[in-house]
Amino acid sequence: MSENIGKIVGVNGNLITVEFEKPVIQNEVAYAVTGELRLKSEVIRIRGRYAELQVFEDTTGLKEGDQVIFTGELLAAELGPGLLTQVFDGLQNPLPLLAEKSGFFLQRGVYLDSLPRERAWTFTPRAKKGDRRTAGETLGTVPEGIFEHRIMVPFGWRGVWTVEDIVPTGDYKVTDVIAKLKHEEGEIREARLMQRWPVKIPIRAYAERLAPTEPLTTKIRIIDTFFPVARGGTYCIPGPFGAGKTVLQQLTSRYADVDIVIVAACGERAGEVVETLREFPELTDPRTGKSLMERTLIICNTSSMPVAAREASVYTAVTIAEYYRQMGLNVLLLADSTSRWAQALREMSGRLEEIPGEEAFPAYLESVIAAFYERGGVVKLKDGSTGSVTIGGTVSPAGGNFEEPVTQSTLKVVGAFHGLSRERSDQRRYPAIHPLDSWSKYRGVVNAEQVADAKRILRLGNDVAQMMKVVGEEGTSIEDFVVYLKAEFLDDVYLQQDAFHEVDAATPAERQQYVFERIHTVLKTPMKFEDKDGARRFFQRLTQTARDWNRAAWGSDEFKSLEERIENMRTEVADYA
Amino acid sequence: MHKVYTRVERIAGNVVTVRASDVSYRELAQIETRYGTSLAQVIRIEGGRVDLQVFAGGRGISTDAKVRFLRHTMQVPFSEALLGRVFNGSGAPRDRGPSIHENLIPIGGPSVNPARRIIPRRMVRTGIPMIDVFNTLVESQKLPIFSVAGEPYNPLLARIALQAEVDVILLGGMGLKHDDYLFFRDTLEAQGALSRSVMFIHTAADPTVECLLVPDITLAVAEQFALQGKRVLVLLTDMTNFADALKEIAITMEQIPSNRGYPGDLYSQLAARYEKAVDFDTAGSITILAVTTMPGDDVTHPVPDNTGYITEGQFYLRNGRIEPFGSLSRLKQLVNNRTREDHRTIMNTMVQLYAAYRETLEKQSMGFRMSAWDHKLLKYGGRFEHEMMDLSVNIPLEKALDLGWEILADCFDPEETGIPTKLITKFWPKTHAAVASHATPRPVEAAAS
Ligand SMILES: Nc1ncnc2c1ncn2[C@@H]1O[C@H](COP(=O)(O)OP(=O)(O)OP(=O)(O)O)[C@@H](O)[C@H]1O
Ligand SMILES: [Mg+2]
Repeated sequence: MSENIGKIVGVNGNLITVEFEKPVIQNEVAYAVTGELRLKSEVIRIRGRYAELQVFEDTTGLKEGDQVIFTGELLAAELGPGLLTQVFDGLQNPLPLLAEKSGFFLQRGVYLDSLPRERAWTFTPRAKKGDRRTAGETLGTVPEGIFEHRIMVPFGWRGVWTVEDIVPTGDYKVTDVIAKLKHEEGEIREARLMQRWPVKIPIRAYAERLAPTEPLTTKIRIIDTFFPVARGGTYCIPGPFGAGKTVLQQLTSRYADVDIVIVAACGERAGEVVETLREFPELTDPRTGKSLMERTLIICNTSSMPVAAREASVYTAVTIAEYYRQMGLNVLLLADSTSRWAQALREMSGRLEEIPGEEAFPAYLESVIAAFYERGGVVKLKDGSTGSVTIGGTVSPAGGNFEEPVTQSTLKVVGAFHGLSRERSDQRRYPAIHPLDSWSKYRGVVNAEQVADAKRILRLGNDVAQMMKVVGEEGTSIEDFVVYLKAEFLDDVYLQQDAFHEVDAATPAERQQYVFERIHTVLKTPMKFEDKDGARRFFQRLTQTARDWNRAAWGSDEFKSLEERIENMRTEVADYA
Repeated sequence: MHKVYTRVERIAGNVVTVRASDVSYRELAQIETRYGTSLAQVIRIEGGRVDLQVFAGGRGISTDAKVRFLRHTMQVPFSEALLGRVFNGSGAPRDRGPSIHENLIPIGGPSVNPARRIIPRRMVRTGIPMIDVFNTLVESQKLPIFSVAGEPYNPLLARIALQAEVDVILLGGMGLKHDDYLFFRDTLEAQGALSRSVMFIHTAADPTVECLLVPDITLAVAEQFALQGKRVLVLLTDMTNFADALKEIAITMEQIPSNRGYPGDLYSQLAARYEKAVDFDTAGSITILAVTTMPGDDVTHPVPDNTGYITEGQFYLRNGRIEPFGSLSRLKQLVNNRTREDHRTIMNTMVQLYAAYRETLEKQSMGFRMSAWDHKLLKYGGRFEHEMMDLSVNIPLEKALDLGWEILADCFDPEETGIPTKLITKFWPKTHAAVASHATPRPVEAAAS
């Protein structure tokens, strides 16, 4: 087939209008040619003889009459061994290799293979001649770091295939053919270590979807105990700037109890990605004893990188997440920030002169967001094992106001909501997740009734605090005042957590269960005090001791003696009348 | 040779439309106006028509104006000869010095590969406790001062610039009052810093489009110095004027506004500039300190709001003081674990107590009875505001931390502060030992170590 070439008739920012003659496909990839450079683009609208394309690069220098080469392929990700530990841009180019090639700056029009082509992997066949396989079923495995990486029948192959030929155990490169398979109707195809998959289409090569029920521990107390996340579930973290969304995600990427973490830095600061990519190789994953980087993959399209690639970056990330899920692994995808991707949609929609919805976001925003979160989930694979993709996205609402379209569209589809509050972050009550506004539909790691008790006390404490603003401390009964102090105590020693303290930063589920039980006992203890000042002094001492307790290593002598001290303090004031 | 076009089809605001072919996106052109020749830049191409943004504005352009395309994008000269000089927003001299034409570099270049960035590690000392202790400034940080008009933000900017140890200071002025420009120039000169400074100044009297160019020109020059290994400090004042210039162009181009008339890409536009702040792995660095004035003292206004989402914190200047609430340095944790072991604790504790003080003030204003605790807070808040927050205070970080302990000990018992017992033992001033003895018995430190 001869090349399909069109020519540019208009340039408006990163949107180009192209006149074409041969058929073009919606969402196909094309390259705009300027001098020596070929700029990757995607068809986003077709009208008559004209196609409109978003260019994933800076369009400076493009002219009327410049050629555009259509490829006939949708935007796709390379899937295969060698993805983990990598740092990609939004179009899956490895950034360190780009740096070797182009130096300090990202030069446009440079595209590299996502998977190393020269590296050999030891393939062990798990199928033999005559075996029947369908898309997503295993042909063999290669070790990739700490994982057994499954090489599967490409997800796009329909029907039942019979293994005609499969290579013996040995070293192969990603592009080497490892098996020949024959379709029921006679077609023969070759499978390689790697395959490609169009990023905007979910991978569905599994037996069935299951409901997310298993808790995913993040080791952040307010999340695991109060607003839990489930494996295969979805959650969002909206919050005004500086409230702690990114810090929460960074903590989660370190401590979450999952096999693989994919960090999608979408339209945010480059510096934040640098922290992850420089620090993770030095940190040890307590689950495996290996470097944290071995279970991590970073996709970054930071705020000054081409805007159109922001959208590509979240889809590339979720596609890779689904790919590892197909191996029976639990994958966590952290997207920071989904608002930047929504804004990229808005910019493009504006250039297309579509009729704007609220705050000029396009009318289809809601369905795009829903479809994205829908790619999270637990699935039963064809071999009976299960895998999951959990999606956690931050939202950056304009003016910190949750009534805006991106937050609202997201809240409709996620299973948990961790709303960050400016008030709490101003007071340095970190993590600034609002304990009264947030919610989760998932099951946590701690006794649900006790949690319900604690939430009740938080609510009552808040009521008293509001009331005190009107009637003052003197107008408040000592009983109410103690409820208020208990709520503050719970907040200070359990909801708040010091992200930068080596012990306090991560509380495993077991410790949460243990500590929460004790805190709950304190909350449930009827207490008697002489006066309010006495009550306040008591709680100040108790809070300080309990904070020291949080900082003591689990099971250490210090831990035990502080626990004893808290218990003694509790019995001192208990009112057994 | 350059072809000349004389068919101007449309003039609206600062944008003119001409019929022309073989023109590339973002290319520069020269256009003759009644008042002389101006530069213009291609901002849209559509079916044989080209939209040009005219730097000197649309005023005085006739429909048969000559337009000559220059075959290159906006450039700025770069050499050591820039030091000590003042230019306008299109890069022409503003002082009486010669114009410079050597070594032209494009502006608005590509962004740095994140893989070539390093984690910033060097604190920038300012002698201002509200910065050094509570919101430590770090080399390569991008940080605006949020403030209402009338606050002393430019003097604050100048003071930090002069106190910081940097190799080159670049000032980008947007919509600057002439007096403020003179203030910067004279202050830098008086402190002997002019010879390591370059200024790109757009004043309120200059054409709007030139305002748009100031950050790009300034940062392009900054990048070159940084690539030579220099530590560069860029001052941008006032970025709200830059955003307003963007708004003006967007409206002229009939773009659909997203929020209060600002274009939907305001975030990306601001980010493209602020993200130039960098610490290179094998070269120098760029630190950006900006001013963002807040219309109506409203942080949710689109300009401060988008800025806050981009920058690495902000200093909130109000009533001549840097407010502890709303102010933030997101990079502080990268350095404050290596200053002094009590730094973080003092930082957190003093702000938490100050928050409690503010609540007490509210109660007091409602006429409620003040408890013993409230009285302690009132005393504390007063000292904190006078001795820490006041911008006239100029002491090194270590002195400020000592002062912090002194104030805490003067106002509270140790356990009222919530400070970890280990730090109390080490740092609580001994003169207050009598008070300290009320504290709970020492915890089992022996067991821990
Ligand atoms: N859990 C925490 N413990 C201690 N400090 C925190 C915590 N969370 C946030 N902070 C402080 O707040 C700063 C801002 O947090 P972060 O960068 O996560 O905000 P954000 O919500 O992602 O903001 P933006 O929307 O602008 O990206 C951090 O740099 C840190 O100083
Ligand atoms: Mg963030």
